[in-house]
Amino acid sequence: MTEKRKLRVATTSLAGCFGCHMSFLDIDERLFTLLEHIEFDRSPLTDIKTVSPGTDIGLIEGGLCNAENVHVLREFRANCTILIAIGACAINGGLPAQRNHLPLTTILEEVYHTSPGLHNGMIPNDPELPLPLNQVHPIHEVVKIDYFIPGCPPSGDAIWKVLTDLLAGREPTLGHGLMHYD
Amino acid sequence: MNPTFELDGQAISFAEGQTILQAATTAGVYIPHLCYHPEFKPHGSCKLCTVKVNGRQTAACTMRAALGMKVESNCEEINAERRALTQMLFVEGNHFCPSCEKSGHCQLQATAYHLGMMSPHYDHFFPNRAVDASHPEFLLDFNRCILCSLCVRASRDVDGKNVFALSGRGIKTHLIVNARSGRLADTDFAATDKAAAVCPVGVILPKRQGFAVPIGERPYDKVAIGAATTVRAEEEAS
Ligand code: SF4
Ligand code: SF4
Ligand code: FES
Repeated sequence: MTEKRKLRVATTSLAGCFGCHMSFLDIDERLFTLLEHIEFDRSPLTDIKTVSPGTDIGLIEGGLCNAENVHVLREFRANCTILIAIGACAINGGLPAQRNHLPLTTILEEVYHTSPGLHNGMIPNDPELPLPLNQVHPIHEVVKIDYFIPGCPPSGDAIWKVLTDLLAGREPTLGHGLMHYD
Repeated sequence: MNPTFELDGQAISFAEGQTILQAATTAGVYIPHLCYHPEFKPHGSCKLCTVKVNGRQTAACTMRAALGMKVESNCEEINAERRALTQMLFVEGNHFCPSCEKSGHCQLQATAYHLGMMSPHYDHFFPNRAVDASHPEFLLDFNRCILCSLCVRASRDVDGKNVFALSGRGIKTHLIVNARSGRLADTDFAATDKAAAVCPVGVILPKRQGFAVPIGERPYDKVAIGAATTVRAEEEAS
């Protein structure tokens, strides 16, 4: 009998704080069990820069605040069978989306020109910098997302529950205590 | 013996004049609801309490219980519709639970947990609504208002003050403060008012109480909404 192929998992943080990745690491020694079933593709944990075609699961932390975020999200969608939004920012924009009622120019002016202690600051415009979006958007507004793990961040236990449900071929659910928006 | 009706196959007895929701609550059976509060006349606006009575949808908070009715409530068809209504409430306002003092004590959030709402599903409106911090003791964050009208009913019917009102129609409906300036500080609103304690979400909030109870240790973190004990607590409070 051939050994079961390991599932390939890619992860990324878009407009997030890496808190969801930290929480993922909070599954602690269960990581060893997980690594018997999965291997990592593109991820801050591997430093691989592009998602390999045929990746099984993509975990996306953070919402979309600039053009590069959208590009990365589309790359994940094009190459992953299952995409999972992890954390409040991916799901509803979260903290970064609290800028959504302010015009982008006002924000840039304040950050680079009018804040106390800044004088003759320049609004960065290097062509390498991705353009900010007018508003921060949750990722399901741009590509189809298959599963969601709410929380700010979701607990290690909640992430573990969804991943093990998926590995076992079950529809993931979070009961009371694991389901949190805060 | 009291007359009964059938709720998801269970016989529920009721007193004359009780609504389906009241009779179910007395029997310890939870039917999701947001604009209903046991101390006030039903408003029938949020539709979270939708049930099927003899095959037709109706609001359980306004429909009187009647002998032999067949009521369906806790089934996937109805819960899916309730979940969609909840998702619409989330995207129409700005609900960033991690920075909301009501989190863990909020009926909208707890109901969404109960219904297994994993995502808001729809596109967000991201409305622009200014907060009113004019009052020395209370803050109004309109971004979270679900238009249940409980504060309107409490201020008018219990406090005798008419501090709040719903204005506009349809998607433009919004909560206003009845003062020429539109500011809470220019009304006779007081911290002891019923209206100060009735909001099911995080709009009408006392100032200077942030994180007095840590996230994770708040009421609905401990006991889910709809758990038998919560249903009884609500019944006893009424
Ligand atoms: S009112 Fe409730 S649902 Fe809205 S942000 Fe606050 S806790 Fe979340
Ligand atoms: S402020 Fe609160 S109580 Fe008043 S209508 Fe809005 S959600 Fe209901
Ligand atoms: S609780 Fe019945 S319509 Fe809101």
